[in-house]
Amino acid sequence: MSREMETKALIVGGGVAGIQAALDIADGGYQVILVERTPSIGGHMVQLSEVFPTLDCPQCILTPKMVMCGQHPNIDIKAYCEIESVTGEVGNFTVKIRHKATYVDWDACTGCGQCEQKCPTKAPSEFNRELAFGPRKAIYSPFAQAVPNKRVIDADHCLKLTKDKCGVCAKVCPTQAIRYDMEDWIEEVKVGAIIVATGYELYKKENLTEYASDPDVIDGLEFERILCPSGPTAGVIKRPSDGKEPLDIVFVQCAGSRDPDKHFPYCSRVCCMYCCKMAMLYKHAVPDGQAYIFYIDVRTDGKMYEEFYQRGVEEDRIVYLRGKVSKIFRQGEKIVVFGMDTLTGKRVEVEADLVVLAMAMIPNPAGEKVKKILNLKTDEFGFITESHAKLHPVETGIDGIFVAGTAQAPKDIPETVAQAGGAASKVLSLFSGYERNKACA
Amino acid sequence: MKIPYYPGCTLKTKAKDFEDSAIAAARVLGIEMEELPRWNCCGTVYSLSSDDLIHQLAPIRNLIRAKEQESDRLVTLCSMCYNTLKRANEFFLADEEKRERIKRYLDDEIPYEGDVRVVQLLELLRDEVSMDAIKEAVKKPLTGLKVAPYYGCMLLRPASIGIDDVERPTVMEDVLRALGADVIDDPYKTECCGAYQTVSQKDVVATCAHSILTSAQGNGAEVIALSCPLCDFNLDNRQKEVQERFNGFHPMPVLYFTQLMAIAFGLDPSVCRFELSYNDPVPLLKSKGLIE
Repeated sequence: MSREMETKALIVGGGVAGIQAALDIADGGYQVILVERTPSIGGHMVQLSEVFPTLDCPQCILTPKMVMCGQHPNIDIKAYCEIESVTGEVGNFTVKIRHKATYVDWDACTGCGQCEQKCPTKAPSEFNRELAFGPRKAIYSPFAQAVPNKRVIDADHCLKLTKDKCGVCAKVCPTQAIRYDMEDWIEEVKVGAIIVATGYELYKKENLTEYASDPDVIDGLEFERILCPSGPTAGVIKRPSDGKEPLDIVFVQCAGSRDPDKHFPYCSRVCCMYCCKMAMLYKHAVPDGQAYIFYIDVRTDGKMYEEFYQRGVEEDRIVYLRGKVSKIFRQGEKIVVFGMDTLTGKRVEVEADLVVLAMAMIPNPAGEKVKKILNLKTDEFGFITESHAKLHPVETGIDGIFVAGTAQAPKDIPETVAQAGGAASKVLSLFSGYERNKACA
Repeated sequence: MKIPYYPGCTLKTKAKDFEDSAIAAARVLGIEMEELPRWNCCGTVYSLSSDDLIHQLAPIRNLIRAKEQESDRLVTLCSMCYNTLKRANEFFLADEEKRERIKRYLDDEIPYEGDVRVVQLLELLRDEVSMDAIKEAVKKPLTGLKVAPYYGCMLLRPASIGIDDVERPTVMEDVLRALGADVIDDPYKTECCGAYQTVSQKDVVATCAHSILTSAQGNGAEVIALSCPLCDFNLDNRQKEVQERFNGFHPMPVLYFTQLMAIAFGLDPSVCRFELSYNDPVPLLKSKGLIE
C-alpha cells in the first residue's frame, strides 16, 4: 500500500453496537471517533427495563461500558452531532461532522444539573418515548447515567430561545456554561474506516389502522419505560390514560412484521422474547394480573431462550393464544381486543386495560441521511445490505465501511454485540495490516 | 349529471325507502340517477370459486346494459350489488382467458371489455359532489341528532374494491357531518351484521346485532345510518329477536343515510317511506324537530 492510511475509525451511532465496536477498536490501540445524534450514547438498549434471557438491567450492564467509552483515552465521543458529508476512500475519509448547538459550553458544564432542576419548562422526553409520565425539562440530560454527563437546551421549548424570557439556567449555573447564542458548527476529521451502527426505530402504531389510536395502546418501547424500575413511573405499572394499574394486559406480536400484504414480510426477531419478558416482568409487579400474548409462532432461537419462554408459560402463567388480532378499540374504560385462537378455532375477545403492540423493527429514520451520504446499498426496507449474506456479514459494498447492529437487520443484543465485535475486528485488521506492511517496507 | 343506476331486487321491495330517498336526495345535488333498462339480478353473492364463470354472467350483463346507455359508469345503492358488480368486473379484467370465455357466453350482447366502472353513491358524493356542496344543500341541519354510521362489510371488503379505508372508513361520517349530524364513532361500524345467517340462524344474527347496537348506544348513538338492505334487515327487523334474547335491550331506529339526506335537504318526508322501518324513526326525528 503506497498511500498513507489514517488509522483512526469513525463510528456512526452510539447504541450498544457502536459502543462495543468503539471499545474493541480502542482496546486494540487505535483512535475512535464515536458520533451520536442524541445528547448521550446508550441507544435503545439503555431504555429497556430488563433484558432477556437473564433479566439483568441494561443500566447495570450497559452503563459500565458507556462509562468506559467516556473515559477511554482512545475514544472521542461526539454526542449531539451528525454526519454532514463524507469524501475519500478506505484509509482516507474526510468527514464533516455537524456539532448541533447545545447552548451549553460542554467544556465548562460539570453536569451538576442545577439548571435542569430550576428550569420551569417541561417537554415530552424522547428517552421516555414521549409518554405522559416523565416529561423532561427544556434544559436536560436524557437520563441519569448519560455519557457525556452534560446538558443541552431544547431550542423548541426553551423560553429564553423562543420568547426571550426566563434565563433561569444561566443564573443558576455555577460555571457560567450557558450560551444562548451558540450556533451549530462543523468540524472536519480524517479517518481510515467507518462503522455504521445507526440502529432501528419501531414502525409507527398509526400504520395499523385496525388498531385504535389510544393512549392505552402502546408499543414495546413505551412499555419498557413503564416497566423500568428507574423509569418515569419508578417501575410501578400504570397505564397512560388514567394511571391505573392494568389487571388484564394483552401483547400483540408481529404487529407489522410477517405481514407481506400490508406491512413488512420479515420477522423482527426480538418480539417473541421481549413480549415474554415483559409479560413476565408485568406478572412480577402485578401478581393478580393476567397477561395474554397473541402470536403467530413463538420463535426462541437463542441460547437459553426456549427455557425462558417455558418459564414464562409455566411459572408466570402467561396465556399464549395462537392467532392474529383483527381489531383493537376502546369501549369505555376497557380496550377490547378481537382475536382468534387458531388452536381451538374459536374467536377470542379480551377486555384489557392495556395493550402492548410489538411493532416491527424498521431502520432508524435518523440514519437515512448517513446511508445517503455514504451511498450505501440497502434492501427494499432500508436495512443496509452486507456484501455477502453469509461470508461478509459486516462489510458493506464499499471498502472501509462496515455495518453493525440493527442497521443491517433486526437482531437482539447478543447478536448485535457479536456483530459489532466482528466489525471492529475488520477495522483492526485493516489498520494493523497496514502498519505491519509499512514496517516491513 | 346523469348516471345510469342499478337498483337490484331489494330496492324495489323491502328497501324501497332507500331507493326513493336516494333518488330524491341525489336530485337535489344535481345527480339524475336513471334506472338501467332491462337490468337483471346482480348475482347476489359474489362467487369465490375461480372457475365458476356462469356466476359472473349476470353481473357482467348488467354492466353491458350500462354500456348500452353510453356510460362508462354505473351507480349502485345496495352495498351487496355494489360488491358483486364491482368484483365481477375486476375478475373479468384480471384474467384474459376467463374474460374470453365469459365473452363467448355473451355473444348476443354488444362487445364489452370491462370498461364500466361501478361506483356506490357515497363515492359519488365524496369524489364528484363534494362535502361542501352537500353542506350548501342542507336546509334542516340534523343538529343534535346522534348518528352512528355502520358500514358492514360489502362496501369495504375486499380492500381492492372498498370505497374507503377498509379498517377506518370515514366517508359516511363526512356525509353525515356535512348534514349537520352529531356523528358517533363506533368501533363496531365494520363488524359483521350476521349476513345471510338471518335465514336459518336468527340467534347468530341477534347476537351480532346486539353487539353492534349496544355498542352504538353505549357511545351515545340514537340512530344508526347504513347503506345495505341486508344490514338494515338484520339491525332493524332482528331487533325483535334481540329483545327476546337480551334483557334490558332498548330498541333504536335504523335508517339509510339517504333518508337522513332527504330530511336534511328539507324534502317531503314521504320520500323516506318511514313506514317500511321496523322501528319507527318518526318519534325521534320529531323530537329533534326534523319532521312535523
